[in-house]
Amino acid sequence: MTPLSFALAHSLPEIVLAVGALALLMLGALRKLTGDWIISECAIVLLGLAALSMLFQVQSSAVIWDGAFIDDSFGRFMKLLALCGALFSLLLSREFMARERIDFFEFPVLILLATLGMLMLISAQSLIALYLGLELMSLALYVIAAFHRDNLRASEAGLKYFVLGALSSGMMLYGASLIYGFAGTVSFTGIGEALRGGPSIGIVFGLVFLMAGLAFKMSVVPFHMWTPDVYEGAPTPVTAFFASAAKMAAVAITVRIVITAFPGMKVQWQQIVVFISILSMAVGAFGAIGQTNIKRLMAYSSIGHMGFALVGLSAGTQQGVLGVLVYLAIYLVMTLGTFAAILSMRIGNRYVENIGDLAGLSRNNKLLAFVLAMMMFSLAGIPPLAGFFAKWYVFVAAIQSNLYWLAVIGMLASVVSAFYYLRVVKVMYLDEPARPFDRVNWEVTAVMAVGGLFVVLFWVYPGPLVEAASAAAKSLF
Amino acid sequence: MFGFGILSGLIFLPLVGVAFILCLRGDDEAALRNARWAALLATIITFLLSLYAWKLFDTSSSGFQLIEEKSWLGSGLIYKLGVDGMSMPFVLLTTFLMPFCILASWESITFRVKEYMIAFLVLETLMIGVFSALDLVLFYLFFEGGLIPMFLIIGIWGGKRRIYASFKFFLYTLLGSLLMLLAIMAMYGVAGTTDITVLLKTAFPASMQKWLWLAFFASFAVKMPMWPVHTWLPDAHVEAPTAGSVILAGILLKMGGYGFIRFSLPMFPDASQYFAPLVWTLSIIAIVYTSLVALVQEDMKKLIAYSSIAHMGFVTMGLFAMNPQGVQGAIFQMVSHGLVSGALFLCVGVVYDRLHTREIAAYGGLVKNMPLFAVAFMLFTMANVGLPGTSGFVGEFLTLIGTFFANSWVAFFATSGVIFSAAYALYLYRRVIFGVLDKPSLMKMQDLSAREIALLAPLGLLVIYYGIQPGPILDACAASVDLLIKNYQTALGLTKAATLALH
Repeated sequence: MTPLSFALAHSLPEIVLAVGALALLMLGALRKLTGDWIISECAIVLLGLAALSMLFQVQSSAVIWDGAFIDDSFGRFMKLLALCGALFSLLLSREFMARERIDFFEFPVLILLATLGMLMLISAQSLIALYLGLELMSLALYVIAAFHRDNLRASEAGLKYFVLGALSSGMMLYGASLIYGFAGTVSFTGIGEALRGGPSIGIVFGLVFLMAGLAFKMSVVPFHMWTPDVYEGAPTPVTAFFASAAKMAAVAITVRIVITAFPGMKVQWQQIVVFISILSMAVGAFGAIGQTNIKRLMAYSSIGHMGFALVGLSAGTQQGVLGVLVYLAIYLVMTLGTFAAILSMRIGNRYVENIGDLAGLSRNNKLLAFVLAMMMFSLAGIPPLAGFFAKWYVFVAAIQSNLYWLAVIGMLASVVSAFYYLRVVKVMYLDEPARPFDRVNWEVTAVMAVGGLFVVLFWVYPGPLVEAASAAAKSLF
Repeated sequence: MFGFGILSGLIFLPLVGVAFILCLRGDDEAALRNARWAALLATIITFLLSLYAWKLFDTSSSGFQLIEEKSWLGSGLIYKLGVDGMSMPFVLLTTFLMPFCILASWESITFRVKEYMIAFLVLETLMIGVFSALDLVLFYLFFEGGLIPMFLIIGIWGGKRRIYASFKFFLYTLLGSLLMLLAIMAMYGVAGTTDITVLLKTAFPASMQKWLWLAFFASFAVKMPMWPVHTWLPDAHVEAPTAGSVILAGILLKMGGYGFIRFSLPMFPDASQYFAPLVWTLSIIAIVYTSLVALVQEDMKKLIAYSSIAHMGFVTMGLFAMNPQGVQGAIFQMVSHGLVSGALFLCVGVVYDRLHTREIAAYGGLVKNMPLFAVAFMLFTMANVGLPGTSGFVGEFLTLIGTFFANSWVAFFATSGVIFSAAYALYLYRRVIFGVLDKPSLMKMQDLSAREIALLAPLGLLVIYYGIQPGPILDACAASVDLLIKNYQTALGLTKAATLALH
C-alpha cells in the first residue's frame, strides 16, 4: 500500500483538474451570469497549472491507486499534449462562443471534465480505469458537441455522436468482459502475463471488440462515419477540441493497451492495426477530395492522419511508438493552427466554412493565408515543414519492421491527400479575391502565430521534442 | 560565424534578403523597387560568396571539402554540408543563374512583386542546399522543399493553364520523391545513419540495391525528366513565367542528374550495372522521340522544353556509361545546358514581353528590326544544336564518346539525336527570325534594351568560353569522377568475385 501523499503527488494534474472543475461549477452556479469570461479564464489557468504541475513533479514511474493508475513518462508526454489541446481550444473558443451567444459557464467546466477524463484514460492501467476515463471524457464530449442547442446541425451532431458513441462503449465493454473472463484479471500487466502461454480464442474476440471501441474514439475506418458530420455540426472550437485533445487520449490508450497488455498477441493486433491504418489513410485521402466545407475536409484529413499515426503503431516497436508520439505532437500543433485559421473565417460578423470563401485570401490577409498554407503543406507532409518529420518517424519504424507494403500504400495515400491540401492553397493563392474577412482577434492570431512558427521552424531545432518522445516511448517497454 | 561555415552562409544568405523584403511595408512603386533591388543584391552577394567558396575549393582533391557538421535530429540524422568536384559546379551554376532570373523578372512581373521575389530567394536557398547537403534527410528536405515555391511561382505568375500545370508538376514530382523517401528510410535502417559520406562506403546487399535503385530512379527520372515520365515538363515550362522556366531548365532538372551521380551510381553499383541497359533505352527514346516531337511544336517554350528532355537524355546516357568521358561529359552537359536553355528561355521571354504570345507562327522576319536579338538567339540556338566552339558541343561530344566505349549501338542511335536537334532548332530559328517582316504587330518591336543585353551577354560569353576552354569545369570534377569510377569498378569486382566464389 503506497502512502496517500505519494499517490497524490503522482496524480497531481488530475487532482488539480477535478478540484478545479468542481469549484468552477459552484462558482458558475452561484454567479448565474452568461457571457462570463472569467470562468473560462480560470479554466485556462487550471489547465496551465495541471500542465505545470506535471513538469515539476517527480519524473519517475509509479503505479498507484491499487494498480489502476500509472504515472510514467509516456503518460506525462501524452497528458501534456492533451492539456495543450484543451488549453488552446478553450483559448480559441471565447470569441466564437460569445458571437454565437452560447458562452455559458458550463462550457469551460465541461472541457475541464473531458480533459480530466482524458488524463485518466491516458494513465489507465486496468480495464475498469480505462472505461471510467473513457466515459468521463465521452459524456462531456457528447454534451459539448450539442452545445449550440438551438442549432439544428449541432443537435444532430451531438445526438449522432452520442448514439454511435454509446454503441462503441457497449462493444468495448463486451470486449473487456471477454478479456476479463478469459484472462482472469483486469490489470494490463496481469493480462500481459496471463497471455504468455498463447492466446485463447475468447481473448482474440475480446481484443477485436476492444479495438473496435477504441477505433471509434480515434475515428479510424471502419468506425469513422460520425466524424465528418460531428466535425461539421459541432461549434468550431469544439471541433478543434475533438480533433486535438480527444485524439491524443484515444491514441495514447490504444498504444498503451496493445503494448503493455497484449505483447503476446502482436500477430493478432498487428493485423487489426495494419488493416485500419490502410483503410483510414485511403478513406482520408479519397474522401476529402470532394469536400467543399473546410471542417468536413479537416474531418477526413484527421481520419487520414490517424491512419498515418497508426502506421507507427503497426510496427509495434519502441521506434514505432516514438513515431506515434512525434506524429501526435506535430499533428496537434497543425490541427490547432488550422482550426485557429478556420475560426478567423468571418465575413460580415458571420462565421463561414466553405473553402470557396478563402478565395484570394493571400491578398486580403497575408499572414492568415501564409499560416494556413503552411499548415496545409505541413499536413501534406512536404519538407522542411514539421509534418514531414512526423511522417518520417512513423514510416521509418514501419520500414524497419519490414512492413513495406504498408509504407508504400501510405506514401501513395499521402500523394492523393496532397491534392486536396494543395486545393486549399490554390484557392487562397491562385484564385481571385472574394470578400475579405473581418478583423481577427488576438487569441486566434496568437494561436496561429505559435502554430505557424512551430511548423515552419521545427526543422531548425527538432532535438528536444524527439528526445522527449524517445524517453516517453522507452518507458512503455 | 557561430560555428557555421561558408556553405551555411550560402544557404542562408538569400533568406536574409527574404527577411528584408518582409520588412518592406506598402505596395507602392518605391516598395516594389526596393523589393526588386533587395532580391537582386541578395542573389549577387550570394554569387560573390560562392565565388569565394570556389577560391577555397581545392580541385585536385577528390573528397568532400568545406565540411560542416552539427547535431540535428539525433539518432544518426545530422546537419552536414560539404561539396566535392561533382557538386561545386552546380552550386556555382545556381548562384550564377539567380541574378539573371531576378533581372529577367524586373519588368515582366508587375503584381505581387514582393511574394515573387521571396519565392525565388527561398527557392535559391533550397537549391543550394540540395547540392551541398551531405545528409540524406537534409538532402531530401531541400530537394522536396523546392516544390512549394515552384508550385507558387507557376501557379500565381504563370500563363492561362497555370493551375493545371502547377498541380501536375507538384503531384508528379511528389509521387516520385516519396518512393525515394521510402528507400532513404530503408537505407537508414541498414546503415543506422543518413550521413552520405558513410552511406557511400556502405555496401548494400545486391538484392536490396535493385529496389533502392528503382525507388531513387522513380524520383530522379521524374525530375530529370526521362521519357515516359516527362509529360509534366512541357506543361510546367509553357505556363511558368520566364524566370521560372530558366530555373526549371537551368537547375531543377539538374537535380535529377546530380542525384544519379551522388546516390544511384556510387551507392548501388550492382543495380546501376544491371539497369544500365534500361537507362540507355529510355535515353535513346528520349533523345529521338522528344526531338521529333519538338519538330512539330507550335509554341516556342514547348519546343525548347522538349529539346531539354532530349538533352537530358544525353546526360543519363553518359552517366551510365560509367567511364571518365561519359560522366565528366554528363556533368559538363548539365552545366552547359543550364546556361544555354536558360538563355533560350530568356530569349523567348524577350519577345514574349513585347508581343505576349509564344506562338511561333505569330513571329517572322525579326532580323530586320531586332538584329541584336537575332545574333543572340542565333548563338544560343547553335549552342543548343551542339555546334563546335560552343559549350553544347563539348558535353554532347564527351557523352557520345563515353557511350561509344560502353556500347557503340547506343551511341549510334543517340547521335541521330544531334541531327534532329539541328533540324528543329534551325527550323525554329528560320520561322522566328527570317522570312518577311509583314505582320504589323511585329513592325514596332524594339531591339534588345540595355537590361536585356546585360542579361544575355554574360551567358553568351560563357557559352563561347566554355566551348573553347572546357577545362575549368572538367578539371573541377575530374578528381571526384575518377574516385567515383574507381569505387564503382571495385564494387563490381567484389560482387563478381563473390558470385564466382559461390559457383
